[in-house]
Amino acid sequence: MKTKTKARLKSPWVLHYDCGSCNGCDIEILAALTPKFDAERFGIVNIGDPKQADLLVVTGPANRRNHRVLKRLYDQMPDPKVVMAVGTCASTGGIFHNCPNTLGGIDKVIPVDVYVPGCAARPEQIIDGVVLALQKLSEMSEKEDD
Amino acid sequence: MSENKTKKFTVFPFGPQHPVLPEPLQLKFTVDEERIVEVVPNLGYVHRGIERACELNDYRRNIYLCERICGICNFMHAMSYCETIEKITDAEVPDRARYLRTVWAELSRLQSHLLWLGLFADGMGFESLFMQLWRDREIVLELTEKTAGHRIHLSTCAIGGVRKDMDEKLIAAYRSGLSGLRRKMDAVAPVFRNDRSVKAKTEGKGILPKSRAVHLGAVGPTIRGSGVSQDMRTLGYEAYGELDFTPITYDSEDVYARTQVRLDEVYQSIDLINRALDQMPDGPILSKSTMFPDGTAINRIEQPRGEVFYYVVGNGTIHLERVRIRTPTLPNIPPLLEMLIGHEVADIPPIVLSIDPCISCTERITYVNKEAA
Repeated sequence: MKTKTKARLKSPWVLHYDCGSCNGCDIEILAALTPKFDAERFGIVNIGDPKQADLLVVTGPANRRNHRVLKRLYDQMPDPKVVMAVGTCASTGGIFHNCPNTLGGIDKVIPVDVYVPGCAARPEQIIDGVVLALQKLSEMSEKEDD
Repeated sequence: MSENKTKKFTVFPFGPQHPVLPEPLQLKFTVDEERIVEVVPNLGYVHRGIERACELNDYRRNIYLCERICGICNFMHAMSYCETIEKITDAEVPDRARYLRTVWAELSRLQSHLLWLGLFADGMGFESLFMQLWRDREIVLELTEKTAGHRIHLSTCAIGGVRKDMDEKLIAAYRSGLSGLRRKMDAVAPVFRNDRSVKAKTEGKGILPKSRAVHLGAVGPTIRGSGVSQDMRTLGYEAYGELDFTPITYDSEDVYARTQVRLDEVYQSIDLINRALDQMPDGPILSKSTMFPDGTAINRIEQPRGEVFYYVVGNGTIHLERVRIRTPTLPNIPPLLEMLIGHEVADIPPIVLSIDPCISCTERITYVNKEAA
């Protein structure tokens, strides 16, 4: 494994964006970072800047207003990048499937690598999803290094 | 404004994606050097159209949809929806169910206030306090999980009562959990009350005079921090009429006062839950009604952020004619815009957080700018 890949996996920086969820998944993502679950022990740091992030964590369904913001955030992130859809509504639209302003899951707007189900997704599941995303990131990173 | 035209101002956006706000709200600030001159809010990033979906769904399934308007005060949304339908169908709610609803509503409030106190500490840059409060909050989430099997969504409310009962073991767990939480809060509360750096960030910031608070229609802890004793729990819905409840108010009209209101309400909620558990009668928890709602009803209850208003029209079928929901953050946004004027850029996060914005609640409306379109 090259040094760059090693460094990326040692401390993945997460960008969190709320697309229109009920806040349930958002508070669980924050709970995953706080002492009981403590995702920081894996080097996972929540960062507000898309230009420094490796992992985009999105909650909630895409809608007609925010899909542009989501696309822009995704485009601003440097390669390699991994997208994680947290919660049922980010994956498929879920309970908001028949709401008139929603487009459905976020995969209608940007490519998604990891889906985390649950309404709201539990912190354990979210950390599990991040671990899966890291495997993907490592593959992408090695491909880039070659 | 004639003077403003000759001066040079900077305009910068705050949001929709910002480290301080977990939710997408955009505020456009016009600043003169460091001082804020004008604030323009820009909403609609999480508008989903839930009110329309409520008309499309079976009215009984709406309980779960209303719960997902906001994950933080989910139980209160479900409770308020059920109460409104019960008012239309004249359903009688059993006494035990009324007390159980009160207990869970207060548990939601505890969860929400602890969450807010933590986020507020983080907004001030006090990260260790944030971590400590969120660790204490896990006690409440564990109780929620023991009750309903899920950490966030309780989903225990039903039309005509509740779907889950509490046994002796669970009640004992509630009592011990809450006394543990009270001890933990005793350690944290002095930091919010007396710490010099917290006071420097909160005292005298974001002043909302009493008369302006009433005029602009602020609700919840925002108006109670300006010395107005307005709380929907005094209406005595569910079991609140029997629990000897008095609202908490502070008079200093600033961010500090609003923080103190929420801090005191944490203790008050613990007391209310304990009192409700003491007085809880035995009996059935659900009275089933087979009638479809036919008629109109309104309902007001107090959420952690203030008054929520439900208006439902039923037409005697399985679908509802209209559901209208006004959530507490919406009336709190005009006061927020006034509070921010004249403050420095560094004060933005504590002042914005002081109204406890919950954007996913608020997005019930969209503004269409005809000229721009």
